[in-house]
Amino acid sequence: MSAAPTLLQVEALEVVYGGAVHALHGVDLAVRAGEIVALVGANGAGKTTLLRAVSNLLPALRGQVTAGRLAYDGRDVTRTRTDALVRAGLVGVLEGRHCFRGLSVQENLVAGGLGRGSGRSDVRADLERVYGLFPRLAAKREVAAGLLSGGEQQMAAIGRALMGRPRLLVLDEPSMGLAPRVVEEIYRVLAGLNRAEGLTLLVAEQNVRLALRHAHHAVVLENGRSALAGSAASLRARDDVRSLYLGGAECPEAAAPPEARRRAPA
Amino acid sequence: MDALPRAAPRPHLPAGALGLGALLVLAYGIVPLTGTSYLFEALLTPFLALALAGLGLNLLTGYAGLLSLGSAAFMAVGAYAAFNLSLRLPGLPLPASLLLAGFVAALAGLAAGLPALRLRGFYLAVSTLAVQFFVAWALNRIGWISDDSPSGVITAPRLVVAGLSFDDPRGRYLVSLTVVTLLTLVAWRLVSSPTGRNLVAIRDNETAARLVGVKVARTKLLAFAASSFVIGIAGALWAFAYLRTVEPAGFNLDRSFQILFIVIIGGLGTLRGAFLGAGFIVVLPLLLARLGAALLGDGFDSGTLEMVQRIVLGALIVALLIREPAGLAALLDRAGRRLGRRAA
Ligand SMILES: Nc1ncnc2c1ncn2[C@@H]1O[C@H](COP(=O)(O)OP(=O)(O)OP(=O)(O)O)[C@@H](O)[C@H]1O
Ligand SMILES: [Mg+2]
Repeated sequence: MSAAPTLLQVEALEVVYGGAVHALHGVDLAVRAGEIVALVGANGAGKTTLLRAVSNLLPALRGQVTAGRLAYDGRDVTRTRTDALVRAGLVGVLEGRHCFRGLSVQENLVAGGLGRGSGRSDVRADLERVYGLFPRLAAKREVAAGLLSGGEQQMAAIGRALMGRPRLLVLDEPSMGLAPRVVEEIYRVLAGLNRAEGLTLLVAEQNVRLALRHAHHAVVLENGRSALAGSAASLRARDDVRSLYLGGAECPEAAAPPEARRRAPA
Repeated sequence: MDALPRAAPRPHLPAGALGLGALLVLAYGIVPLTGTSYLFEALLTPFLALALAGLGLNLLTGYAGLLSLGSAAFMAVGAYAAFNLSLRLPGLPLPASLLLAGFVAALAGLAAGLPALRLRGFYLAVSTLAVQFFVAWALNRIGWISDDSPSGVITAPRLVVAGLSFDDPRGRYLVSLTVVTLLTLVAWRLVSSPTGRNLVAIRDNETAARLVGVKVARTKLLAFAASSFVIGIAGALWAFAYLRTVEPAGFNLDRSFQILFIVIIGGLGTLRGAFLGAGFIVVLPLLLARLGAALLGDGFDSGTLEMVQRIVLGALIVALLIREPAGLAALLDRAGRRLGRRAA
């Protein structure tokens, strides 16, 4: 695994919103081709901010990278427009499953293909592929995305990103607010793509248990800093991670599991 | 053209190509033969011009979600550009000067759209307000634009196309109808193209649109240009085919609001909406005036009557939007479905 090239490299990254709010101060992270990297941390730790920085979305949200380095496949991300990153294979899915409500499921998916610059036949082939991965979407292809259930919207958002034929797929809390079975289905598809096609994934999750189960590596963010990093297995074994994020060392099942949580989707 | 797999044809334009065909036969065949001058001059021609302006604004506000209060300014740019083109290039055929006027308005729209790359919502609306005031100022201050006529009043040239005179009420109606039909077709092609989908994507979620590779800045500017192009030509029709003599005050903020109301009442993000809304705005005041005169008698003070009309119109708009926030288009859809269900 260590022979694989680094696809995304983040070094000592600092981000400020609106010239005042310091959201990240010192984040390091590396994603190698072919692996699944989980980004975990509590509310407000800076996961979303980091993923926004990775897709160079911060300028549109009055945020700014003030220090550090951010490179995707040899490109300086802060100097590459989001749409150019997409064409280079870096595609993201936002927190809170954002579909284009007024467009049908299929139009949402097609938008993902055209945004990458796919031709018609590629779009058609990719549509079939996505429908194969998420059969529920196939059944609802004509339905306006705004009328889908939460889980279906998340699938549509992920499917739309897959239409962009990503090399690195960046997902912000795909499990948020979804039923465990739907979460399982989504992770099964993603892990399957990783195994079968070598799709590289960077996934932010609050659900640490879930994240560590699927990921190869994980980075723990705390208050805008990368506090811990390592292989998923080694993090699972650490006492501090277990007590902080996995609900206690002795009896993991007794404490409130992190998946039973919180907060309506944004 | 349809090689790209698409979702079901949108319910926008061809609810039934049949109905559309019937409408065109009515508009081109029956109405011109049976209509009176009053029908052409007081109802149909202003209806067409306002519907076209609504159509243009709908591209921007309904589809791309960019709020503009500058519609009247773009109408003015179109009208005064067409005036200058026909004045200074006497050989230019009318269709060409309308088309060029549209392009001039599109350029103005492009400039007005630059702030949209940074601003959103009400802030954007305020910046389009600045365009509105700037154009009013320019029309009053720069005499050249109105060929140095006092207070900027211009008179339209005769409407002649390919040697045929359309300079009577029916002819002006037919010219308007043709322009509106063609531009509606173009708008329909635009909104059902990938670019049109991108407009909706930006409206529904700008960040997500960026994340799937939509070139947001370019698409927003395109929305401004296309919208202003259509609105500019609507302004030229308003001046040339309807009013014949226009002053800058005819394109003030009230007009911008009128166009915005048309779009909201008719239904944001639908092509039909502009026509339904324009029908509502043009026909209803006339009905109310008739009704008022019948109820209150002719002796009634006309100022009071007008105010009562405005209040009734306002109340009707509020009632409609509470009942159906998506406007007349959605209301009709619903009624149509209910009828269909009953028939089945
Ligand atoms: N658009 C914004 N403008 C200003 N501050 C912001 C903005 N977005 C996030 N922040 C701040 O940046 C910090 C990190 O937020 P971020 O959304 O990245 O956290 P997160 O780890 O994704 O949290 P969650 O798990 O709740 O999604 C927070 O303190 C937040 O208040
Ligand atoms: Mg977040």
